[in-house]
Amino acid sequence: MLRYTEDHEWINLEGDIGTVGISPHAIEQLGDIVFVELPSVGAAVAKGDAVAVFESVKAASDIYCPAGGEIVEVNEAMLDDLSAIVPDAAMDSWLFKVKIADSSDLDEMLDEAAYAALIA
Amino acid sequence: MENRRTPLYDFHQEHGARIVPFAGWDMPVQYPAGIKAEHLATRASCGLFDVSHMAQIELRGAGADAMMASLTPTDMGAIAEGRVRYSLFLNETGGVLDDLMIARLDGNLHLVVNAGRADHDIAHLRANLADDVDMILHEDRALLALQGPSAEDVLARLGVDLAGFTFMDVRHLDINGIATVVTRSGYTGEDGFEISLAASDAASLAATLASIDAVSLVGLGARDTLRMEAGLPLWGHELDETINPVVGGVRFALSKKRREARDFPGAEAIMHDYENGPQRQLVGLLPVGGRPVRDGTILMHEDRDIGHVSSGGFAPSLDAPGALGFVPPQLAVAGTQLMAATRGAPTPITVASLPLVPHRYKRG
Repeated sequence: MLRYTEDHEWINLEGDIGTVGISPHAIEQLGDIVFVELPSVGAAVAKGDAVAVFESVKAASDIYCPAGGEIVEVNEAMLDDLSAIVPDAAMDSWLFKVKIADSSDLDEMLDEAAYAALIA
Repeated sequence: MENRRTPLYDFHQEHGARIVPFAGWDMPVQYPAGIKAEHLATRASCGLFDVSHMAQIELRGAGADAMMASLTPTDMGAIAEGRVRYSLFLNETGGVLDDLMIARLDGNLHLVVNAGRADHDIAHLRANLADDVDMILHEDRALLALQGPSAEDVLARLGVDLAGFTFMDVRHLDINGIATVVTRSGYTGEDGFEISLAASDAASLAATLASIDAVSLVGLGARDTLRMEAGLPLWGHELDETINPVVGGVRFALSKKRREARDFPGAEAIMHDYENGPQRQLVGLLPVGGRPVRDGTILMHEDRDIGHVSSGGFAPSLDAPGALGFVPPQLAVAGTQLMAATRGAPTPITVASLPLVPHRYKRG
């Protein structure tokens, strides 16, 4: 189940594990990514916590955790080639996986149609 | 209030620019290539920039030199016909009201000032306008910058004779049948030209230049990273009403004759710092670890606040973060290790000499 936040994160829920990234639209708006800071595996996070940072040439952008729980995996491989973070590969550029404590955190989030309407 | 648009607004749209508000103008921050690619293309070959948002002001009349001498630390008599100088509007405490270029052409003075300070500067000039000086605002003119090592080849291909035309010269030039006033100058640290022309000719010349393979379109994003690497100050960051030219790294703008005469606005304060050394000075900064350090970040040494970052971001030519900032003179030594108070963990940051990337001007 794929959901989006109004802050342009996406979360793909499989069982109780949510994989989190940022939308093609957000990647396009940021431009060239020059630095990414990922959370620590094992960290306890609450919905809405700033857990990662994308730095572009011009600005820094916080990435907020769409749902509370525990960080169980981070995408270290993405740090090897930041130039691969492009809108067309937004789903490959996932940041971390969170074991979700309460799936109702996703209830208010946007589905693909609602997100498409938001950025239209 | 609606933002103003340059004569190249449609041109930018047609070339896929992302338009952002800047100093009351709708300007291209980048084209589809992106800031890094545009920056690197300028250093490797050449970039075309729309800088028509900057105000072009002409002063005519017998009193123009005396008037500008009263507002700046520039020896006006040293600006020969066909030459350009970098100058500063100063206040009485030695702060910088704006930085500007002054060209002398056909006996008249041609000023280019920052877009964000244009209203201020025009009011300042008007308030100090001598009876024998006429001020003409050239709002009907555009300004293009062609910057990079291939810029001279590009103009030569269009049949322009650049013989004897070197850094900080100004001339009338015919480019592809279009009448222009060109200075060999810019704000990237590269060789290059700034081309003033009628607004109605701007889109035509931009299209001609953009059709040449060596030329890339470059937005304000890369203009900022290029000038930061070149260690060139930006008003509001490295210069403002509280920062004097010695602190801001532009002591070269204080003409020798004017320093000796001490007859410019704020001379007492400025010459104190010139002769005794300032309390703080502008340096280059290289953050360690890959994370950019942004404007306003506090700089620490041995757990004490000692300065701040004035312009911080990414330096594409170094493929690493880069910044400019102010530190006390005893720490303004290349290699000095400082800490930047970035959110979360502090970032180690190393003092570097300026420019971060060497200038490549074509001096005469």
